[in-house]
Amino acid sequence: MQIFKPASTASPTVQKAAVNQLNFYYGAYQALKNINMVVHEKQVTALIGPSGCGKSTFLRCFNRMHDLYPHNHYEGEILLYPDNENILSPEIDPIEVRMRISMVFQKPNPFPKSIFENVAYGLRIRGVKRRSILEERVENALRNAALWEEVKDRLEDLAFNLSGGQQQRLCIARALATDPEILLFDEPTSALDPIATASIEELISDIRNKVTILIVTHNMQQAARVSDYTAYMYMGELIEFGATDNIFIKPKNKQTEDYITGRFG
Amino acid sequence: MGRRVPASVISYPSKSLRHNRKRYLKERVIELLLFLAAFLSVFITFAIIYLLISESLVFFEHVSLWDFLTDTQWTPLFDDAHYGILPLVSGTVVSSLVALAIALPFGTFIAIYLSEFAPFAVREIAKPFLELLGGIPTVVYGYFALLFVTPLLQTIFPSLPGFSLLSAGLVMGIMIIPYVSSMTEDAMRSVPMHLREGSYAIGATRFQTAVKVVMPASLSGIAAAYILGISRAVGETMVVAIAAGMQPNLVWNPMEPAATITTYIVQVSLGDLPHGSTGYQTIFAAGLTLFLLTLIFNILGHLLRKRFREVY
Repeated sequence: MQIFKPASTASPTVQKAAVNQLNFYYGAYQALKNINMVVHEKQVTALIGPSGCGKSTFLRCFNRMHDLYPHNHYEGEILLYPDNENILSPEIDPIEVRMRISMVFQKPNPFPKSIFENVAYGLRIRGVKRRSILEERVENALRNAALWEEVKDRLEDLAFNLSGGQQQRLCIARALATDPEILLFDEPTSALDPIATASIEELISDIRNKVTILIVTHNMQQAARVSDYTAYMYMGELIEFGATDNIFIKPKNKQTEDYITGRFG
Repeated sequence: MGRRVPASVISYPSKSLRHNRKRYLKERVIELLLFLAAFLSVFITFAIIYLLISESLVFFEHVSLWDFLTDTQWTPLFDDAHYGILPLVSGTVVSSLVALAIALPFGTFIAIYLSEFAPFAVREIAKPFLELLGGIPTVVYGYFALLFVTPLLQTIFPSLPGFSLLSAGLVMGIMIIPYVSSMTEDAMRSVPMHLREGSYAIGATRFQTAVKVVMPASLSGIAAAYILGISRAVGETMVVAIAAGMQPNLVWNPMEPAATITTYIVQVSLGDLPHGSTGYQTIFAAGLTLFLLTLIFNILGHLLRKRFREVY
């Protein structure tokens, strides 16, 4: 398997977000416990850990997805730079947050629309109407998602007619079309076969210098391949966070080491 | 401890790998019963169609199909009998259009609210109440139209007669709302959450998500709900019989009284026309027309469903 390691891991980076003393509750159940972490701009941060450790819950805090369901609440803050605003604050509109922090899901979820309209969706809900602008942005997004060559002659086809891997790349194009500041990936390859997985990983390494990426994965090799930083979580707590090379080569925490080497998880 | 279970009680694993005759027969009997249940409903449908067609053929021996379709008067009970179905069709179409103009938009709005906006508690309370609307006998709706809605409308339109298609259609629309809203909401709620999340995750509002993602994804279910609403409106009898008058009038104005196909059938069925007379035979021709109308809508609905079949 090809390794898409960046050369820039060691270079100094700008902070895109800072997580301070984040707690999250599903009703009375505390799913995240006092999480502190930074997110580096235009770097890939992987969240790893065993099932149920809270990594997806953590990811979904970044674009306030938990607001869609009742009885959830956040404590603490996620500061977004350069705005220097706590995106979890009640004064912040979750829709504005999601305009800037988009998400790609575990299962490809194209809308029941044409390929073109799927990618144009985010632009249309932002009020973009000019056909020429839409066409240009859609083509760019599809090129960035490495899907343009495969679909350029059938943009009016229903998105459901694409293969699973193509659908996932379409969903990435849909998220990229509106130039998000942060892109969240929630186990984006767990429903895909190894070849489609490789193409998504390649895609992530292609766009890594354009957008800040947070990716949840249960696949350790994937985290090692695509990320610059890795956070290991267990039982709702952040156990260890650092540069991916350090986490995978010389983890400080015994528990992290056990998980990474496959002794449990 | 030492008690031995008789070998005959133990059926598993059985001794032979060959077909078990008892099990085979039991399965066949069950299959036959299920088949008969399914067959019965199909049989009754065909029996009704056969009756409608065969009796209508008798009618068309006396009245030409051309006259039936083009004559503008429907006076089978007069000495100077005319057998033009158009007045009844116009009454049916106008009252149905009024009803659908109420039921489809309101039913859809209610469904969008209940499916995409309403908190859990509101939905749990509102839905049974809405379905209660569908449980009120239609004769009650008829008198509601005649004795409440018509006088109310007359304060707005003083020229409105005591019987009108408008009043009957409005109340029929209210009556159909729960059918449309309930089925539309079911269709919208069956859209998987991950599709909605995909829309929210790139900054869509609830309304944008409802209209641009959830509704297109549930289009076939919504089409089915609309078709059901149309069929209910076209086939509705009691409300129009009570509130719209029963005079066959070729009118396209809802402010007039008129008869519909269904009310005419009621009128004749209750009357004392001799069996086998042409007048009596008219109700089968009218019934066949009604059947064909609803059949067309059902076929349209089926085609729509196939065209917009949802895949997630």
